[in-house]
Amino acid sequence: MIFLTRKAEFSSAHYYWNDTWSPEENDRVFGKCANRNGHGHNYTLEVTVAGAVDRTSGFVVDLKELKDILEREIVSVYDHRHLNLEVPEFKTTIPTTENIAIAIWQRLDNKIPHAKLHRVRVYEMPDLFADYYGER
Amino acid sequence: MKAHLSRRYHFSASHRLHTEAYDSAQNRAVFGKCNNPHGHGHNYTVQVTLSGQVDPETGMVCNLGDLDAFAQTNLIARFDYTNLNTLDCFANKVSTTENLSIEIHRIFQAFPDAHLERVHVEETSNNSFDFTGEATPAPGTL
Repeated sequence: MIFLTRKAEFSSAHYYWNDTWSPEENDRVFGKCANRNGHGHNYTLEVTVAGAVDRTSGFVVDLKELKDILEREIVSVYDHRHLNLEVPEFKTTIPTTENIAIAIWQRLDNKIPHAKLHRVRVYEMPDLFADYYGER
Repeated sequence: MKAHLSRRYHFSASHRLHTEAYDSAQNRAVFGKCNNPHGHGHNYTVQVTLSGQVDPETGMVCNLGDLDAFAQTNLIARFDYTNLNTLDCFANKVSTTENLSIEIHRIFQAFPDAHLERVHVEETSNNSFDFTGEATPAPGTL
């Protein structure tokens, strides 16, 4: 079993807001992230897959194919978008780093041939990142 | 759903690797330039990994503001711009980054809002240490 990690980057806007709370409660819990005009980050995504090395190709997965999957399933949907306003899963969940990692897992699950999705890591900035391993 | 959150903090401190259990020659032989009597320093990076269920109301494992405030009080304020050897936690322990990792793990175990998975401490860009709380029998004496 080999673990292989591919990176991708996207730049997006977001804000944190829970509609069932008062504006004061949103400000208290989310602080400056609750600014409804939004703010943005350069996100770095690391997708780790696990699998056996194919004896003929020497690959776990074809990296070009994995790159194309990340571009099609994630980057083309998230990059230079406002996550709250333009990405469907964040109409009902808050686009925190944790929820972005979970959403990316759900978008990639069963889409990568010959390998098992092992970990989705999302860096919101170099000093803050979330990992999701598919756990309930 | 269970997710892991990692946050990195930075502090700068001096230290000296030295133990009374060795004589001067042994200290120099074992610790090399880290045994310089006047000490030396590092820019340390601490990476704390916490896990827990993502709260459906907040989308968070734990509130980052609360974690940062906890780290400011219990990590940064305690270690930044200090000489580690003068701190109580190193009164009877060599201030290696192994022992520092164990101490920082102890500190963050008191953070109440999530489960502490791992403490990763970078002493330089070439040296890093991880502690997950696993106890193993320790060789050596103090």
